[in-house]
Amino acid sequence: MPGSNIGRLFLRFARSMGEIFILAAKAILLIFKKPFHFALIKNHLYLDGIKSIPVIFLMAVFTGGVLALQSYFGLQRFGAEVFTGSLVGVSLTKELIPVLTGLMLAGRVSASYSAEIGTMVVTEQVDALFTFGVNPVKYLVSPRLVALVIMTPLLTLFGDFIGIMGGRLVAALVVHQNPNLFDSQLFVSLEIWDVLSGLIKSIFFGLTIAVVGSYFGLKTEGGAKGVGKATTTAVVVSSVIILISDFFWTKILPFSLR
Amino acid sequence: MIKIRNLYKSFAEKKVLQGVNLDIDSGQTTTIIGGSGSGKSVLFKHIIGLMQPDSGSILVEGEDITKMRESALYRMVDKFGMVFQSGALFDSLTVGENVAFGIKNRKHMEAAAIDALVERSLNQVGLSDIAHLLPAELSGGMKKRVAIARVIAKRPSIIMFDEPTTGLDPIMADMINELIIKVSSDPGITSIVITHDMVSAYKISDKIAVLFEGEIIEIGSPGEIRSTRNAVVRQFIEGKAEGPIKIR
Repeated sequence: MPGSNIGRLFLRFARSMGEIFILAAKAILLIFKKPFHFALIKNHLYLDGIKSIPVIFLMAVFTGGVLALQSYFGLQRFGAEVFTGSLVGVSLTKELIPVLTGLMLAGRVSASYSAEIGTMVVTEQVDALFTFGVNPVKYLVSPRLVALVIMTPLLTLFGDFIGIMGGRLVAALVVHQNPNLFDSQLFVSLEIWDVLSGLIKSIFFGLTIAVVGSYFGLKTEGGAKGVGKATTTAVVVSSVIILISDFFWTKILPFSLR
Repeated sequence: MIKIRNLYKSFAEKKVLQGVNLDIDSGQTTTIIGGSGSGKSVLFKHIIGLMQPDSGSILVEGEDITKMRESALYRMVDKFGMVFQSGALFDSLTVGENVAFGIKNRKHMEAAAIDALVERSLNQVGLSDIAHLLPAELSGGMKKRVAIARVIAKRPSIIMFDEPTTGLDPIMADMINELIIKVSSDPGITSIVITHDMVSAYKISDKIAVLFEGEIIEIGSPGEIRSTRNAVVRQFIEGKAEGPIKIR
């Protein structure tokens, strides 16, 4: 019956969300318990953070560029094209760069977490960790969580800068707006809270990507097909959580609607 | 001594363990044999605490591991070493790092002492100069031997071997059998093996337990199992398609 199917689906969804929440809480608590896996954290900072710089650079430079272009011609209809710098700066730092960085990392990192951990599950490596007295959540999830909670805001900040530079470049080269005008409008409008609200959201996005990717990896069943399914689900779920939670963060954060 | 009492486990409608009772004596090698899908691996995972039963108990040196808190379970697991069917070597670590894994994580030792123990453990399984290789560069037999070395290095008192000879050629399988005998010859070590390889079971075991449809239906020495009159056990040990065991 369709009704019971919807009910079952809802129950499964609610159970998964509950388990993701518990996994996040466990992983956070285990960060503070010895032994500390600094080498693993360092490895993830490099693999998941530093190696994401090129993709974040590309995303940011083109997002900034296209936003400058659209903003300039849109504002020109009202004779307000001088505000291009303001619109680009505020839109990028408050909204576009944090969300797009989150989505890019959901695609790149969440997928790799679920695939790597999922493969470890189906080849019994996660069971082997337990037999060596190592808590798999502490060993696999906590270092990833720490790395992404550090790297996502840093990558967002990097993206903010590159995005604004991209917008400035397009404004100067394509629509021939005076860069000094772009800068002055940017600095008049852009407040520290605009940047901070984006960075706070991005910390949560980093946590979401790490936990959701790890969760679906740990829940993998059934060999290669299971790993593929876990990877796809991790990317979809973390992207959906980022998009939905972004709305609520915007409502909740006291300075994000100023 | 490990005592398994009235162990039950089901997955949804599928009843896997239906009241398993088994005593595993200290210092001996006990082999659990049974067909594919008979519940051997599930029983194994219960013994080491990787799975929780629906009901029943598993007493390891007097302590029921089915009722332990997580922290106590991690302490108990320190007594165990498990050689997985696929080896389950950590593929992002080198052979040397794999063998050192259990030592580094549980015991405080100097780096030089760890290196020496790694080398000694690899030598014990007949391997040398491979500490720098990754698991992907090893053959199936080498992976199993590295997995045994990894467990030896940890110095557990209970070693579990999950299908140790599956997928190996007869010569390599015999080499693994000899290794199990050598490792188990220490009177302080209790070995538990699951297998469906009867050549291996007869060679390495002090005691053989037969698992069928979620229950232990026969226990005895290799000689007693060889001469059993139980039709189910006879069909299994003789490897016949015809008999009371229905293949699904």
